[in-house]
Amino acid sequence: MLIVAVWAAVCGFDVVPSYMLPSPQSVAKAFIEDFPLLLEHSATTLAEAGIGLGIGIILAFVTASLMDRFRLLYTALYPLLIISQTIPTVAIAPILIMWMGYDMAPKIALIVITTFFPITVSLLDGYASVDKDAVSLLRSMGAKNSRIFFTVKLPSSLSQFFAGLKISVSYAVVGGVIAEWLGGFEGLGVYMTRVRKAYQFDKMFAVIIFIIIISLLLMVAVSLIRKAVMPWERKGDKK
Amino acid sequence: MSISTENNILVAENVSKSFDNNLIIDNINIHLKNREIVSLLGQSGVGKSTLFNILSGIYLPDSGKVYLKGEDITGKPGKISYMLQKDLLLPYKTVLDNTALPLIIKGMKKKDARAKASALFAQFGLEGCEKKYPAQLSGGMRQRAALLRTYLSSDGIALLDEPFSALDTLTKSAMHKWYLDIMAKIDLATVFITHDIDEAILLSDRIYIMTGKPGEITAEIVINRKKPRPDNFNLSEEFLEYKRTIVEKLL
Ligand SMILES: Nc1ncnc2c1ncn2[C@@H]1O[C@H](COP(=O)(O)OP(=O)(O)OP(=O)(O)O)[C@@H](O)[C@H]1O
Ligand SMILES: [Mg+2]
Repeated sequence: MLIVAVWAAVCGFDVVPSYMLPSPQSVAKAFIEDFPLLLEHSATTLAEAGIGLGIGIILAFVTASLMDRFRLLYTALYPLLIISQTIPTVAIAPILIMWMGYDMAPKIALIVITTFFPITVSLLDGYASVDKDAVSLLRSMGAKNSRIFFTVKLPSSLSQFFAGLKISVSYAVVGGVIAEWLGGFEGLGVYMTRVRKAYQFDKMFAVIIFIIIISLLLMVAVSLIRKAVMPWERKGDKK
Repeated sequence: MSISTENNILVAENVSKSFDNNLIIDNINIHLKNREIVSLLGQSGVGKSTLFNILSGIYLPDSGKVYLKGEDITGKPGKISYMLQKDLLLPYKTVLDNTALPLIIKGMKKKDARAKASALFAQFGLEGCEKKYPAQLSGGMRQRAALLRTYLSSDGIALLDEPFSALDTLTKSAMHKWYLDIMAKIDLATVFITHDIDEAILLSDRIYIMTGKPGEITAEIVINRKKPRPDNFNLSEEFLEYKRTIVEKLL
């Protein structure tokens, strides 16, 4: 709220020329006028984000579970996982586009790469945080490794998983947008590039706000799913 | 074999264990009869939990053997059920599913396991809690649920390592009463680890006293008072006499 007020004041007193910093009013106007167009483009971006995130989650589950199961794999892959994160998204996006063309494929690939890491790491943390005594107890009841995995490890890791997922949904949208900047036919990133080239700052701001709203909504959705999947968390609060 | 395994459901024979060349427990011999409650009383660090882990097969002793109903189970986990101070109930499973878990692991159908467990809920003072999650229960109730789970995974014998020591005094004494009551009804022999002398006298048929470094069984005391014991047993002269003897032997 305060930010918007300061923003409006700065524009009102002509501190910055209006073509560089559009007023909140003109951004709101652009937002409303462009809304159908933004929705149309967001369908593409969201599809990329959804597919990329889905693949990222599956890959993360497989990788984290195998790494947890086989110590050697953990030792071998963990440093690689960390190093892979120091590669800047913006730098690999053009390479992916050169390899895969201007369709959705390179965007999805980029989203997979950016979401895979936080989910894998949070799952690994979750697996590691499991109470050793609970595992021993189940073993003393005669439980096999697979039973212990599905009864103790996986459910105990859910809260870490959702924490990782919450970060990853916004990474997914932003990753998609960045990949779209570099080329494509549809999507919020493509639209952003178009209005930027036309120096339509009010529309630029409208897209940015739209992207923020989408990210926030997705994060809220993750919280809602978390509540539905983990009913014991809610019930635990009120004794 | 020096100790006969007849009549004895559990026998530990000449058990020793060291960690990093440090002898922790030395030449321990204990036995347990059907439906008997035997306490293992000793100061912190004397090696009670170490012995417990050997009995339950989690640790392999350096020497000595553990027999369950005559069968050598040394270093074989999964034969004797146990319960710790931590209830270890899974927070994301309902109380009913937590208690039915050992039956399901043993291959029983979910529906049958639930039915068998829920039939015992009233007896364990858990009626109405079937669909609740562990976090919704009080500490005492959680320990009762953990004991029910232990009982359902047991084959007539359970090891309890300070099961009530995290509870407040009032809850603890209510749990003692309840525990004696339930033990009279179910078919379970227990080794009960504690460093609370009153608790040991109150609950046990027999008490092993463990002292020294390395820990050894230095005394065995039979509590002759028949069960059920009167409510004021812990105030009787007889009780104090036992307590005096034990305090002496612990020093
Ligand atoms: N896995 C282990 N590795 C090394 N040392 C151990 C291990 N487990 C126990 N010890 C040592 O053995 C000794 C006895 O420990 P133990 O837990 O058996 O004592 P306790 O009688 O159960 O004590 P408390 O009443 O505090 O639970 C301690 O000095 C402890 O440090
Ligand atoms: Mg101990």
